[in-house]
Amino acid sequence: MHRIVVVDLGTGNLHSVAKAFEKVAPCAEVEVTSDLLRLEKADRVVLPGQGAIGSWFKALDERQLRNPVLSVLSSKPVLGICVGMQALFNRSEEDGGCEGLGLFDGEVHRFCRSVDRRPQLKVPHMGWNNVRQSSDHPVWRGIPQDSRFYFVHSYYALATESSSVAATSDYGGEFVSAIARANIFAVQFHPEKSHEQGLKLLENFVCWDGDA
Amino acid sequence: MGLATRIIPCLDVDEGRVVKGVKFVDIRDAGDPVAVAKRYDQQMADEITFLDITASSSARDTMIDVVREVAAEVFIPLTVGGGIREIDDIHRLLLAGADKVSINTAAIVRPDLVTEASQYFGAQCIVVAIDAKRCGNHWEVFTHGGRKTTGIDAREWSVEMARRGAGEILLTSMDRDGTKDGFDLELTRTISDAVPIPVIASGGVGTLEHLAQGVLTGGADAVLAASIFHFGEYTIREAKTHMSERGIEVNL
Repeated sequence: MHRIVVVDLGTGNLHSVAKAFEKVAPCAEVEVTSDLLRLEKADRVVLPGQGAIGSWFKALDERQLRNPVLSVLSSKPVLGICVGMQALFNRSEEDGGCEGLGLFDGEVHRFCRSVDRRPQLKVPHMGWNNVRQSSDHPVWRGIPQDSRFYFVHSYYALATESSSVAATSDYGGEFVSAIARANIFAVQFHPEKSHEQGLKLLENFVCWDGDA
Repeated sequence: MGLATRIIPCLDVDEGRVVKGVKFVDIRDAGDPVAVAKRYDQQMADEITFLDITASSSARDTMIDVVREVAAEVFIPLTVGGGIREIDDIHRLLLAGADKVSINTAAIVRPDLVTEASQYFGAQCIVVAIDAKRCGNHWEVFTHGGRKTTGIDAREWSVEMARRGAGEILLTSMDRDGTKDGFDLELTRTISDAVPIPVIASGGVGTLEHLAQGVLTGGADAVLAASIFHFGEYTIREAKTHMSERGIEVNL
């Protein structure tokens, strides 16, 4: 039986993430927790995140989860979602500049709201956008190229190593919408809110052995 | 390719039951929020909005249960509005599975609520609902279903709400609401041009072309409608097909 832990950093809607996993993996044990022992016992881990990245790291440190999460990121299949993906990069310009976990080379920037631009680029980037898969990863299995997923974010990632980019999307320019390396797969969009294709992605993650 | 314009059906919920005559012939219990939400999910709605119109505060917790049940079965974004007064109300709805909350009167009573909520939960889950009515050559923000004016200019108010951290504006024309005459396109365009955040147009949709006009002329980022979908006049898919034919990017 799969033991899936959704890391609880006290922000956002984790109920939906857990429910989506229960839907695609009815036999799995799904837990939303920040308990260290549970994290150690999990065989796959979901690193979600909403809101500001500064608060995300603060919550991580308050719960003394930084090292355990780093350990998980080097050993078990991990799915990062939204801020849970952005946190894996070197740095974000949100909250006056914030160091990331540095597992992927690249930086996180704010979408530019230029008043001169017509039509204006509305921020947050909110809604269903195409995801162009750029790698043949097991987590993409059965998901058609350019499928739409639900996004909601004001900051976007640019990777400096193209080999880690698993997908890109476009909003006033191209940005990274998924990254992957070894046992880590992370997405900017919300698969738990992305209808059939989102559930398919979660199902694939549950079946994935962590080998890219 | 690119970001799609969202089509959002809106459901009024009173003490846990969908009201205002949702009439899907093939749903046995048209008052069941889960059944109705699932139907819209199957039709490829981009989001679903629930408006809690429960009058008695003692029955308010029912909405939490509704959200929890819907969120366990429907995997698209859910917004809940109505009766939200404080941070704790928002917290409970998000924990139950709502993705966004829509704040209306409480933002007027205490604008700091929007600032605090946005800082605490992130702008992405804070929608500010504005009920606007034309007064001379501008629009004013109204409360109590369009019966009471606040005297606040709707354009200025939307800019202020965006500045305070709203992630989105849900803009309803009280002149058009329930008329089926189409959105107030001038209002929609004015607000959409004034704020750097997405604007959802609402109030007055009677035809599929109204939806398209909200985007093409009004500049809306999303369109919300209730009755044209509830009475089975059109499906969400038909609405998307029409918008696509008019050159609007949709998620079909």
